Amino acid sequence: MIKLLPYLRNYWKESIVGPLFKLLEAVFELLVPVIVARMIDVGITEGNTIFVWKTCAILVAFGGLGLICSISAQFFAAKAATGFGRELRTAMFSQIENLSYSQIDQVGNDTLIVRLTSDINQVQTGVNLVLRLFLRSPFIVVGALVMSFQIDGKMGLIFLLTVPILTVVIFGIIRITIPLYKKVQNSLEQVLCATRENLTGIRVVRAFGTQEKERVEFREKSERLEQLQQRSGKISACMNPLTYVIVNGGIIFVIWFGGKQVYAGRLTQGEVIALVNYMTQILLALVALANLIVSYTKAVASAGRIQEVFELVIEKCEGNYEPDPAKEAWSVQFEQVGFSYDGSKASTLSNLSAQINAGEMIGVIGSTGAGKSSLIHLIPALYLVNRGTVFVDGVDVRLWNQNTLREQIGIVPQKVVLFRGSVRDNIKMGRAQIDDDTIIQALKSAKAWEFVEKSGKGLDWILQEGGKNLSGGQRQRLTIARAFAGHPKILILDDSTSALDFATERNIRMELQKRKGTCTIFLVSQRAASVMHADKIMVLENGELAGYGTHEKLLQECRVYQEICASQSLEKEGKEK
Amino acid sequence: MRKKYKIFQKIVRFIKPSFFFFLCSLLAAACSVVLTLYAPILTGKAIDDIVGSGKVEFIQILYVLKILALAVLMTALAQWLMNYCNNTITYRVVKEIRTRAFAHLTDLTVEYVDHIPKGEIISRIITDVDQFCEGLLMGFTQFFTGILTIIGTLFFMLRMNVMISMVVIVITPLSFFVAGFIAKRTYRMFKIQSEIRAELTSFINEMAGNQKLIRSFGYESCAMERFEELNRQLEKASLRATFFSSITNPSTRFVNGLVYTGVGITGAFAAMAGRISVGQLSCFLSYANQYTKPFNEISSVIAELQNSIACAERVFQFIEETPIVKQEEGEASVSQLEGRVEFKEVSFSYNKEQPLLKKINLKVSKGEKIAIVGPTGCGKTTLINLLLRFYEVDQGTILLDGRDIRSINRESLRKNYGMVLQDTWLKTGTVAENIAYGKEHATRQEIIEAAKAAHAHSFIRRMEQGYDTMLTEDGGNLSQGEKQLLCIARVMLKLPPILILDEATSSIDTRTEIKIQKAFQEMMKGRTTFIVAHRLSTIREADLILVMKDGNIVEQGKHEALLSRNGFYKELYESQFAN
Repeated sequence: MIKLLPYLRNYWKESIVGPLFKLLEAVFELLVPVIVARMIDVGITEGNTIFVWKTCAILVAFGGLGLICSISAQFFAAKAATGFGRELRTAMFSQIENLSYSQIDQVGNDTLIVRLTSDINQVQTGVNLVLRLFLRSPFIVVGALVMSFQIDGKMGLIFLLTVPILTVVIFGIIRITIPLYKKVQNSLEQVLCATRENLTGIRVVRAFGTQEKERVEFREKSERLEQLQQRSGKISACMNPLTYVIVNGGIIFVIWFGGKQVYAGRLTQGEVIALVNYMTQILLALVALANLIVSYTKAVASAGRIQEVFELVIEKCEGNYEPDPAKEAWSVQFEQVGFSYDGSKASTLSNLSAQINAGEMIGVIGSTGAGKSSLIHLIPALYLVNRGTVFVDGVDVRLWNQNTLREQIGIVPQKVVLFRGSVRDNIKMGRAQIDDDTIIQALKSAKAWEFVEKSGKGLDWILQEGGKNLSGGQRQRLTIARAFAGHPKILILDDSTSALDFATERNIRMELQKRKGTCTIFLVSQRAASVMHADKIMVLENGELAGYGTHEKLLQECRVYQEICASQSLEKEGKEK
Repeated sequence: MRKKYKIFQKIVRFIKPSFFFFLCSLLAAACSVVLTLYAPILTGKAIDDIVGSGKVEFIQILYVLKILALAVLMTALAQWLMNYCNNTITYRVVKEIRTRAFAHLTDLTVEYVDHIPKGEIISRIITDVDQFCEGLLMGFTQFFTGILTIIGTLFFMLRMNVMISMVVIVITPLSFFVAGFIAKRTYRMFKIQSEIRAELTSFINEMAGNQKLIRSFGYESCAMERFEELNRQLEKASLRATFFSSITNPSTRFVNGLVYTGVGITGAFAAMAGRISVGQLSCFLSYANQYTKPFNEISSVIAELQNSIACAERVFQFIEETPIVKQEEGEASVSQLEGRVEFKEVSFSYNKEQPLLKKINLKVSKGEKIAIVGPTGCGKTTLINLLLRFYEVDQGTILLDGRDIRSINRESLRKNYGMVLQDTWLKTGTVAENIAYGKEHATRQEIIEAAKAAHAHSFIRRMEQGYDTMLTEDGGNLSQGEKQLLCIARVMLKLPPILILDEATSSIDTRTEIKIQKAFQEMMKGRTTFIVAHRLSTIREADLILVMKDGNIVEQGKHEALLSRNGFYKELYESQFAN
């Protein structure tokens, strides 16, 4: 939590003024019992009517001042908290935009989203509450204590004894219940998990006829949850009764010893009443503090999770190489490349070398997990090598101006990603140089123009989040068009024709053939049929280059490639050609 | 209102088994309220005995304090008992409702589950039930005590002095007026805040969720701009919502202060006139402090209760209204079938406007291997859905060993199928538990045999705790191929006469597939098998290939025969391999 404080620095004035106003309000509140005591002792006992009116006017005035103070305090607290939330969100978003691919993998998309939304909200609420209440409650407790000593030193001792006991009980119960709540939360998580499993696996559950078994297991899980809830409930149920007993115990002592003091003439009746009131005020303040602590621990947990993301070290390349813009396609060279994902001991790519000339079409094939995707992501420096070098246009990718490099490399990722928005925005992706004509051209090349045009709205056709209003094949064609539209010098298709029917896939393959020469093309696939017509094929096996050459050459020399072809019944067809 | 009453009745039905606790809770609540209100009176009495220097009635005080101590202890006991009872009732009711909802889930038709978002059902069983639980607990603990406190306070106050009571009764409504006024304003601001928040969240979902793509297209600065804009809007909206909602407390506190002062003035004059004692005044003052609290609590409890009733409504709706499998259909149960399958004029559609399967006819003998091929959306998987009675045919009949499958009880029907799907589904649990999923009392030996047959034994043995390794949700710690092998082992353990492989290998690369293929061969021996596939290698060996297009079987036969026919199959085949 403390580490996130810098985001509050632009609001330091609010963060100081807010609590100060709150303290002021607390002072007014603390004075009330003394004033009432005076009213009783002077006003009632002596029958002084004017004094009663006066004190009442003072009470109302204090109330009004308290109201103004606390409203100002609320305002400053809200301002500081929401401003803090905004700055934190911006910083977090920009941090996420700077994370490397491997860091994103490590943390996971879903986690990042939760951090950026609910965790920050939680922290924002926490800051707001702390600014409003954190100082106020202890101040009232201490203030009431001081006031009681002010009234009478001996009576103050009763307070000095009661406050620690109350504090220990309240915070003791919190300490015990927080871990219990965590257990409850985990148990609820399991119930949730069971529900989700039974929805996703509905066919399997039905096919195996295990509904009854699932029901029994679910019942057990809910029973476990119930038990845990009962246990934590039993303990937190003690909070109110215990504090009630302690405070009223204190009141009993105050009355008894207060009586003695009054008898001795050291205390008045009104002052005893004031002391009783202070006792109640202390209780209310401590309970408020306890509630605050519960929300605060939640905020601290969130803050810790947020901090984790900030602690990731940004490793950014800031090269400045700019290529000759007249050049149509770029060459790529892998030199002794080694790469492994963060946190994984096994290396994903090892000792891989290959030279790809500008304008060639290269097929990349291999089993799942062979390292195909990793390899092509090294080209735009989205992942960075651990060993060796990747050269684009003869220059180490780390020495490039990263924006130039990525602008000119078009990737069609494995997973289709479309955003809520128009077709135009989805193809353009913020690239200013792309006009409508270019977009339409790209859509045509990707065989997507037909259905976009048919929608009746053309480029203004609004896609739903994730392109839900399109079929799988249509979505994939749009992402291909997106890469085409940038007229990239290097075009990478990462297994991105899987959702296309055979005819469309063939058409797109022909389109690629046309583009060959004006850009270097990488075509990643598991299917030999998709890559066999490339100029050369890289065969990957366990992160190593098992073969590199034409289809014919590989069929003769490369065992892995032979196996792949055989498994796809391609050997025969291959030989026939 | 009627609707709410009905929901209330249903909730009551769930509470009934805990009636004893309910009664206890009410009694304890009543006790604690009365005693809590009694305490200030006792304190007041004691104070009245402390008049001034030399004028203190110690014996009286001691007597009063003893009663006070007893009252306090009893209050605490009553409070605890009430909390305990309320917890017991609430958690029990919630468990029952949740278990009922889950049982209902297992009775739902597959069709229904396919067509509503999974998150919807999950949120009903988890979030809604949880919200309901909170509301119920709050309702029990605060609603009843709140009302009792109000009534009790009024009673005690009126008994002491009508005049002062009137001051309290007249000024207090001001507090609601203020609170209501603020609440109405803030409601709109909260709505705006949550709208912007939702927009920002969905933006974040898109952007943070697809960071890799954003990066590779250099979209970062555009994204940042839009984010900043939304972020600023959110700041503005949430400043307003937070600030205005936080005015409520100080304002009601101020009104409370007015009540207090009012009581002070009238009380002071009454005391001077000798109509009440100073102790009673102090009692009044402490009532004035407490009196608005239950009102505020009740208004927030009512909001909470309304929300919780809405949640309960959603849960009950789910339990009662969603379509469940009709059990009366298909009473007959079958034991081991042979595996002869026949489709007679079968038609089916997911929605009535778009017919999907049109008059399908098909006859399969025992032990045949049927491959179904065709472009996506042609009805391959639908055929399987019908076979297993996940969906029911619209027209025509499906016969199994000559019997209409609709006459067979679903559970016994499905026991005759073994299924491996594209989506490998595994449960949270150990490897052994997952393999024994369909056969709960399988011995370890049987499980190992099945794993061996599925070529899964070697990788399982390499796992840290072998067959006792825990798998996380959906087998997260396994590779796709390994998961599939476990699914196969699961079927191996309980080999039924008919097998269904629905794109079982599509997410596995071809070389791994060859290894699994052996396991499949083993499995298919002598069993009627339906294979939905897009890979020719799996299809070639089939006894019969069904080529589907737009809901019809356009061609059928063996691989070579189909090729030589120069039809759609050939087109499919060639487009995959031709240049």
